[in-house]
Amino acid sequence: MTDMLNEVQDIINIPSTTLRILLAHFNWDKELLLERYYEYEGNQERIFADAHVISPFRSAEHCKQQTSCSSISCEICCSSHSASFMTGLDCGHIFCKDCWATYLAVKILDEGMSQMISCPAFDCRIIVDDSLVMQLIVDKHILQKYQHLMTNSFVECNSLLKWCPAPDCHHVIKLEYKETQPVKCDCGREFCAECSEPWHDPVKCMHLKKWLKKCDDDSETSNWISANTKECPKCLATIEKVGGCNHMVCRNQSCKHEFCWVCLGPWDPHGASWYNCNRYNAVDARKARDIQERSRQMLQRYLFYCNRYMNHLQSLKFEHKLYARVKRKMDEMQCLNMTWIEVQFLKTAVDILCQCRQTLMYTYVFAFFLERNNQSIIFEENQADCEKATEMLSEYLERDITTASVAEIKQKVQDKYRYCDTRRNVLLKHVHEGYDEDWWEYFE
Amino acid sequence: MAGCFVQKRIQKEILTLKNSPPPGMKLCDDSLSSPGQFMVEVKGAEGTLFAGEEFKLLFKFGQSYPFDSPQVTFVGNQIPVHPHVYSNGHICLSILTEDWSPALSAESVCLSIISMLSSCSEKKRPPDNAFYIRTCSKNPKNTKWWFHDDKV
Repeated sequence: MTDMLNEVQDIINIPSTTLRILLAHFNWDKELLLERYYEYEGNQERIFADAHVISPFRSAEHCKQQTSCSSISCEICCSSHSASFMTGLDCGHIFCKDCWATYLAVKILDEGMSQMISCPAFDCRIIVDDSLVMQLIVDKHILQKYQHLMTNSFVECNSLLKWCPAPDCHHVIKLEYKETQPVKCDCGREFCAECSEPWHDPVKCMHLKKWLKKCDDDSETSNWISANTKECPKCLATIEKVGGCNHMVCRNQSCKHEFCWVCLGPWDPHGASWYNCNRYNAVDARKARDIQERSRQMLQRYLFYCNRYMNHLQSLKFEHKLYARVKRKMDEMQCLNMTWIEVQFLKTAVDILCQCRQTLMYTYVFAFFLERNNQSIIFEENQADCEKATEMLSEYLERDITTASVAEIKQKVQDKYRYCDTRRNVLLKHVHEGYDEDWWEYFE
Repeated sequence: MAGCFVQKRIQKEILTLKNSPPPGMKLCDDSLSSPGQFMVEVKGAEGTLFAGEEFKLLFKFGQSYPFDSPQVTFVGNQIPVHPHVYSNGHICLSILTEDWSPALSAESVCLSIISMLSSCSEKKRPPDNAFYIRTCSKNPKNTKWWFHDDKV
C-alpha cells in the first residue's frame, strides 16, 4: 500500500494523507486516478469534492482562522477548551480532542468503519484521514483494529489482491494479472482467484455459483417432490394430493384451474356426459401430460448431473484417506530396498487421482448448463474416457495394489496415472478451446 | 471519561431549551425528574396541515450519547398523522439513526421534526403502519429503517 502511495506521490505532489483517500475513492486504481487528475487539469476541485476531501491547495486559509481565538467551546461536549486542545479537518469543523477520540472509537469499534469515517459535524462528508486517527487514538486495541480495517478495505478494493479463503489464514495473495486462475496460498489452500471457491476448472465462476445455489436450494427437496407431487397442467405449480378426491382445484390464486389428478385433463368433462377419463389418450390429457413430462424431465436432468457431481465429491473425500494407506505402503516398500525417490510414484498417483476427481466433478456442473450440439457430444466422450481411466486407477490403488510384486505395481500404477492425466488434459483442453471458439451454447 | 460530560451536555441542552426555546417548542418541566430523558412539546407551524396542533416528543439518552443518537418518539394521546410517523409514535427520520452526528442536539432534532411535519402534504399514516406496530420492538432504533423518500 505504501509503495503505491509513494509511487503516485512522485507524480502528483499532494500530501500522502489526502492521496490515500483519493486512491481509496478510485478503488486503488492508480492509473484511473492519474487519468482523471490530468483530465480535470485546473479544475481538480471536483475530484477532491467527489472523494470527500478538501483540496490541499485550499486548506491553508482555514488554518489561519482556527488559531484566531484563544478559548473555544466544543459543540459535542459543550465544554470550553483552549484552542490548542481543539482540532479538526480542513473542513473547518473543530471539536475537542477527547470528543474526537470517543467519536473515532465508536466508529471504529461499533460500526467497523475505517476508510469512510467522516467529520462528526452534521451533514459534513469530509473524510477523516489516517494521520489524524493515529494522532488522536491512544488505545492500542483500537489502533490495531483500525489498521486491520484499513488493510481489509485496501485488499477488498484492490482487484489484484485476494484474502486466502481458508479459515484462520491471514495471508493475502498478490495476483500478476486479472484473470480467472488457480492460486495457491502458503497455507496449502488452492482456490480460484476470482470467486475464492476451490479451483473449479473447466466450469466458469458464474455457472459454478448458479450451481452451488441450486444445490443449496433444492437437492434434498427435489427428490421428494419428484416422487410425491404433480404439477398443475396450466400454471405448473407443484401440487401434493392429500385427500382422496381426484377433482383438483389449483390453489394458485391467479390460476384456479380445475383438473383431474388421474388424467391431468380439464375437469369439466368428468361431471358431464362426455366423460372419458377411462379412455386412454384423450387429446387434452395427452397435451397436459406432455407439459408435465417436460417439467419432470428438467428435474430429472438436474438430478442426473447432481448425483454424479455429488458422487465425485464423495469419492474425493474418500481418496484423501488413500493418502494414509499409500503412505504406509511407501514405508513398506522403502524397507524392501527401494529409495525414497523411487516410491514417490504412489503419492503422485493419488495426487493425480484427486485432480481427476475434482475436474470430473466440475465437468458435470459444466455439462448441466450445456446445450446439446456436436461439440458437446465430443465433450461427453472425453468426459467418459477420463472417468473410465479415473475409476480404473482408483480401483487399482484401492484393491489390487497388495498382491503383485513391487516392480509390477510400479509399472502398472505409472501407466495408469499417466493415462489418466492425459485424458484429463485432453478433456480440459477441449473445453478451453470451446470457450475460445464459442462452441458452447448454454441452457436456460 | 465519556460519562462526566454526558450529563453536562444534557444539562446544557435542557438549559437552552428552558431559557431560550426556539419558536414552536417548549420543554415540559414535569418531565425533568428522571435522568437521561426529558420531553419537549412541539407545535405544528402556522400555515401548515398541523397548525394549532401540539405534540409531545420523548427524548431518551443512552450511555454513548452524543456519539450515538438519542431515542426519540412521539408520546401521549396526540400522535401526528404523517406518512413518516407510525401510530405508536415511532418516527422514520434519517438523522435519528444513520445520519446522526454528535454535533446535532435535541433542539436540532425538534427542528427537523417540525420541518418534517410542515412539509407534509397529506395527513395519512405510513402504508405499512398496521404491520409495523404489530412487529416492531419498543425501541425505534432497533428498526432497520428504509428512507424511501425525502419529499414529504
